[in-house]
Amino acid sequence: MALRASPHLYTQTDTEHFDAVVAGGGIVGTACASELVRAGLRVALIEPSVIGGGATAAGMGHLAVMDDSEAQFALTRYSQLLWKELAFRLSPDAEYFPCGALWVAADDREMAEVERKQGFYQAREVPAKTLDRRALEAAEPNLREGLSGGLLLPDDAVVYPPCAARFLAEEAIASGMQLIEGRSVTELSDTAVQLDDGTSIASALTIVATGIMAARLTPGLRIQPRKGHLAITDRYPAFLGHQLIELGYLKSAHSLDSDSVAFNAQPRRTGQILIGSSRQYGTHSPDVEPHMLEAMLRRAVEYMPALADFRVIRCWTGFRAATPDKLPLIGPCPGFRNVFLATGHEGLGISTSLATARLLADLILGRASVIPLDPYLPEREFALHA
Amino acid sequence: MPDMVNIVVNGQPVSVPSGTTVAVALLIGGVTHFRTSVAGEPRSPVCGMGTCFECRLTIDGLPHSRSCQIQCAEAMEVVTS
Repeated sequence: MALRASPHLYTQTDTEHFDAVVAGGGIVGTACASELVRAGLRVALIEPSVIGGGATAAGMGHLAVMDDSEAQFALTRYSQLLWKELAFRLSPDAEYFPCGALWVAADDREMAEVERKQGFYQAREVPAKTLDRRALEAAEPNLREGLSGGLLLPDDAVVYPPCAARFLAEEAIASGMQLIEGRSVTELSDTAVQLDDGTSIASALTIVATGIMAARLTPGLRIQPRKGHLAITDRYPAFLGHQLIELGYLKSAHSLDSDSVAFNAQPRRTGQILIGSSRQYGTHSPDVEPHMLEAMLRRAVEYMPALADFRVIRCWTGFRAATPDKLPLIGPCPGFRNVFLATGHEGLGISTSLATARLLADLILGRASVIPLDPYLPEREFALHA
Repeated sequence: MPDMVNIVVNGQPVSVPSGTTVAVALLIGGVTHFRTSVAGEPRSPVCGMGTCFECRLTIDGLPHSRSCQIQCAEAMEVVTS
């Protein structure tokens, strides 16, 4: 699974000067490198471990459109359409699966929220269909009885994130990108980055796409690790047709301080079922915590009782890079002239990676952007506590 | 003569002494191809004690049931894959 790095290993004898260095080979970093390489820049990508091995490998890979704010909507929708384009050339192991998503309403109050969301999406020309109780039962017969309905978002899809990141990296390598694997960036300036082996790499600009580690390189960033658990089952083909999310998920995603779980189930192309989700602040331990795993699986069984008899074959955790205002940080890093941030994507890093990279490349290359970058500029975050 | 229990394996009736595990019932009946791996290879029980997962069958509609850990029950439906 690990990217074979030897042909691309950077050695100290290289004296190249790069147009851009990207720190962090997750989905965001590889997408940024891919955009810049495609524009003809000489790019080096620096990944301390393996491509797509951090939060990218831990995430669900739900390519979602979201409506918490206009800015979040714009970024998720734009990125979802970029994923649709990329899907045509993505490698099969990236398992792009246009299964659609179903937000599940448990009661009348949540059904009112379904109606509101449907109106929001309809007004913005995003396909969205309200399902009543019967239509929900027909769409997902393994959901428990007595649910009120749901919202079907047919353009949502899923992907296997680490293989998507590897695909983007390999494609960029084939176009001349230099991959520096096994090294991390310890310091940066407007003209060079320092690696942990003491090497200095000259570069006209640097993109920091190191997720929760970004604050180490650019002090002042308020990025908090927000831990999540996931579990995956053995293969039960046709049990589940759509990415399912309970409407209550938003309560979990929005709560700022308490630990929470929400039902989230995803069909994989293999027939496996990926089960989430949990959110915790204040912990840096990657250990699976039995009480969180239990609460998460109990929640899943409440929505899909038959899951109780299914075999979970693996569970793991990861850390989302959470910002105080729930929007990512994309753009120039205050305090530098040539350092750019691409981090803080919380639970939407896979979804919004491609739009993040496109917007950043537009800014760097002086191209016009399809959506405004302003809501994601990092200066908002620095201004708050300057 | 021990008590006998009757199960159905791929639609065929099989009768074994009560207390027999499903895995053993199949082996008594000459079935060795329990399941088919993802790569398309035939699989049979290896460990007999619930750790190797090679003996998985669909038992009473539940896929991935470890047949070496489940005793035959009257009218149990077993399907190999």
